[in-house]
Formats: sequence, structure tokens, C-alpha cells
Amino acid sequence: MNFIQKMKKHGFLFQELVKRDFKTKYKGSVLGMLWSIISPLLILLVMNFIFSNFFGATIEHYVIYLFCGNILFSYFNDATNYGMTALLWNADIFTKINVPKYLFLLAKNVQALINFGLTLIVFFIFCAIDGVPFTWRFLMLIYPIICILLVNVGVGLILSALHIFFRDVAHIWPIFTMLLMYASAIFYDVRSFPPTLQKLLYVNPVYQNIVYFRDIVLNGFIPSFGYHMFILGTALLLIAIGGFIYHRFNWRFLYYV
Amino acid sequence: MSVLDVRDVSIVYRVGDFKDIGLKDWVVKKLKGTYYAENFYADKHITFSLEKGDMLGIIGSNGAGKSTLLKAVSGIMRPTEGEVICNSNVVALLELGSGFDGELSVKENTFLRGALLGYTRKFMTEKYDEIIAFSELKEFEDRPFKHLSSGMKSRLAFSIASFVQPEILILDEVMAVGDGGFRKKSEEKTREIIAGGATTILVSHDLTQVRDMCNKILWLHKGEQITFGTDVQQICDNYEAFLNGWNSLEEIKEIYG
Repeated sequence: MNFIQKMKKHGFLFQELVKRDFKTKYKGSVLGMLWSIISPLLILLVMNFIFSNFFGATIEHYVIYLFCGNILFSYFNDATNYGMTALLWNADIFTKINVPKYLFLLAKNVQALINFGLTLIVFFIFCAIDGVPFTWRFLMLIYPIICILLVNVGVGLILSALHIFFRDVAHIWPIFTMLLMYASAIFYDVRSFPPTLQKLLYVNPVYQNIVYFRDIVLNGFIPSFGYHMFILGTALLLIAIGGFIYHRFNWRFLYYV
Repeated sequence: MSVLDVRDVSIVYRVGDFKDIGLKDWVVKKLKGTYYAENFYADKHITFSLEKGDMLGIIGSNGAGKSTLLKAVSGIMRPTEGEVICNSNVVALLELGSGFDGELSVKENTFLRGALLGYTRKFMTEKYDEIIAFSELKEFEDRPFKHLSSGMKSRLAFSIASFVQPEILILDEVMAVGDGGFRKKSEEKTREIIAGGATTILVSHDLTQVRDMCNKILWLHKGEQITFGTDVQQICDNYEAFLNGWNSLEEIKEIYG
């Protein structure tokens, strides 16, 4: 059976898993849901308050510049942190019932995607308020969104497997993401950096997509075809690594729980 | 034609320090050379086959390899050697505690579990009222699952699972469900499912139950197949004699060659 057939077969289960994750996260409260939008906004506010004095003068539309970085990084942070526990927390299920194990991770990713979607609406409202000109190019934002989604799923697959093998990954990952945040040029401008360092930042898949976002929203141009291939390639590579681990250990995960 | 054919199946199980370990412990143990991991055969050369409508009782003391064998039958594990040939697509495994979420309501849990067992949404919507009525939990349907007593939880689990018309039904020590009244009801329901032509595998430490219900029997001891046959009473007698210490393992093995 291929992936599509499997998803069709397990569609009902997938929906129920998404529902379950959603309900357990917010315990059924509307405020819980709202909180996931408010919290990135508050972070934005704090960052703007602190950094606008340092960088605000040289970067146009600094709030939007910040927001571009923040929104993508928050999405990555949410998706990977929820996703990390996907396997272990569902060990009860996959050791007893024969279901595709990636369903658990995908369900968590749906949740992160919904949060991201809501924040994205706020993002566009901010753009309008700040007088950023909306053009047809904004439609191209779907491309980095798809890429970051694939990145999140790929990293989620890798992480959730690692988390089964080594439990302290749960403590290491937040530290790693903090490092990644500083390497995502969320609040600073890379132009003052030496060229090699600027290039090095492109190793970071979150940064890759932030750059795309800013090119469209703030710089008013669509990145080159090569750049499209580059960021999609990174995303697919991560998916491939994660998929390989899941495939390889599919029958062995249950020994670890 | 047989519904289930288990041919010379051996299953390796892996135990050791990799379970519940952190990266740090792993490195320390590797360096100290105290890291321990071992493969062992949980099941060795098991062979049996079941026809439509058969009820198989699996007996054997703890660590006999019963649960591992059932995992291979239900497709959660792959046999290391030999093969499991299963011509029926449905294998309903009645495992009581797993796959429920304490935070969700009883109704939500019913749907989630139905989805896990491979039912469709349509089926669940149609059968929900019947299921909840059978479990006698109608008045609790909107309460969080964690508020239920363990007897109630078992009742719900049994009710959900019993509403499939499975081709193969696996009952892993789940027959003694709930209080006296419900226990009787659940036994009746099980008989009904069996009468409907399902092939059933029963794992039970209650020999009276096995004698009453099964027409085939498989005796496992430390992963080895002592015997498989249709003379249920005779094998149960020998098993009891072995448990009471009247017959040694050698004597038993001699009987069955």
C-alpha cells in the first residue's frame, strides 16, 4: 500500500488523533487556542521593544522584519517540540495496535499548522497596518510555507525517533532550538556580517525560509529558481532522513518503550 | 482453507539497557563497558493453523511467549523466522488500558478507540448508541474518561471491541471484565461473536474457561511449543499436572514427543 491509500484507510483515525491532540492541549478552552496566537505576538512585542533601538533605524518596516522571522521560527519551534513526543506518548497504542506510526507525528503537525495559519492572518493585518504594499507576489508565500512544513515534518520524524532512543533528547532539543533561533537572523541584519558567515547561515532551514519571506514581503522580489530548488531540496532531504529512520526502525521501536 | 497459518515462527525479542535511556547514560555505559543488550528468542518454531470458527486457547506460564506470538499474529511484530499467513484482514485486539486518553470524554474516547480498531466513522456513528448502552455508561458519556473506575473502563473497552464482526478476534486475558453481571454479559457477547463465525484466540490463565470454550489448544513454555492439538481436556489435564508439580517438564515433553 502506498502513502495515499494508507492515509485514506486511516483517515478517520487521523482525524480522531488530531482532535485528541487538540483537545488535550487546550483542554477544550477557547482561551487556550487564543493563547497560542497571543504568545507569539507578545514575543514580537518584547523583541520590538528591545531591539528596535539597535536595528530599527537601519531596517525598514522593522516590526514586519521581526515578524517574518518570528512567525516561521515559532512554527518550526511548535511543530518540532510537539512532534518530538509523538511516538513515545503513543507507545501505548502502537505496541498494541497495528497502525502506521507516522500518523501520530502528522497529527501533531496539523495542530502546529493551524496555529501557524492563525498567526499568519495576524501577520497580514500587521503588514496592512504598517503600510507594506500587497502585490501578487504574496501568493508565492505558499512556496516557503510548504517548504517549512516539509522541514517540520522531516525534523519531527527524526526527533520523535531519537526521543524514543534517548529520552534526554527532550532536554537537549530546546537548547538546540535556542541556538537555531540566534542563527535565524530574526532580529538582526546579516549584512554587517562577513560574507562567509552570511553564507553559513543558509545551512539553517528555518533561515532559508525566513529569507524567502522577507524577499517577498519587504524586498518585493521573488528569489531565483535556484533558490527555490535549494530550499525544497533541504526540506526533502530532511523528510528522506526521517522517513528512512522510521522505515528502518518500524519493527524495532517497540523494544525501546 | 485455514484462516490463520502460523508456520515455524520464531521471534527474537530484544532487551537491555537501551530502554528508557538517555544519551548521557548511553555514553557513560558504553565507555565503562557495562552497556548490556541481548537478543533472545521469545518464541521458537511455533506452528499451528486455525480454520474458520475455531477457538484457540493459548496456555503457558508467564514468559511463555504468548503475547509476543499474538503481536506477530496481529502484525505489530514481524516474525524473525517462519511466516504468519493471515487471509483475513481484520484482527481485533482487545487490549484494555491502551489507546484511551484520560482527558477526553467517554464519548470522544469511544470514537478514538473505534478509529484505532479500524472502524469507519459511519460505523461508529451508527453503532455508538448501542455500544454505550451495552457498556452501561450512558450517564457518563460526557464525563472525562479519567473519572471512570477501572471496571468501567474495561467495560467500555470490551463493548467497543465487541461490536466489530472480526474475522479473527484476539482476547488477551480480557475475559474477566467488570463485575459479575457484566462478566456474564461479556461472555455471552463473546460466544455470540464466535457463533457468528469469527476465529478466536483466547489467552487465559483461567483453565475452566479454556476447557469450556476452546476447541483447539496451544501450550507454550519459555518460547517453546509443548504441543498444539484438539484434545483440549487432555492437554489441560496435563498442564494442570505440570503446574501442580506432579509432572516435570521432561515427562510432559516425553508425552508429546
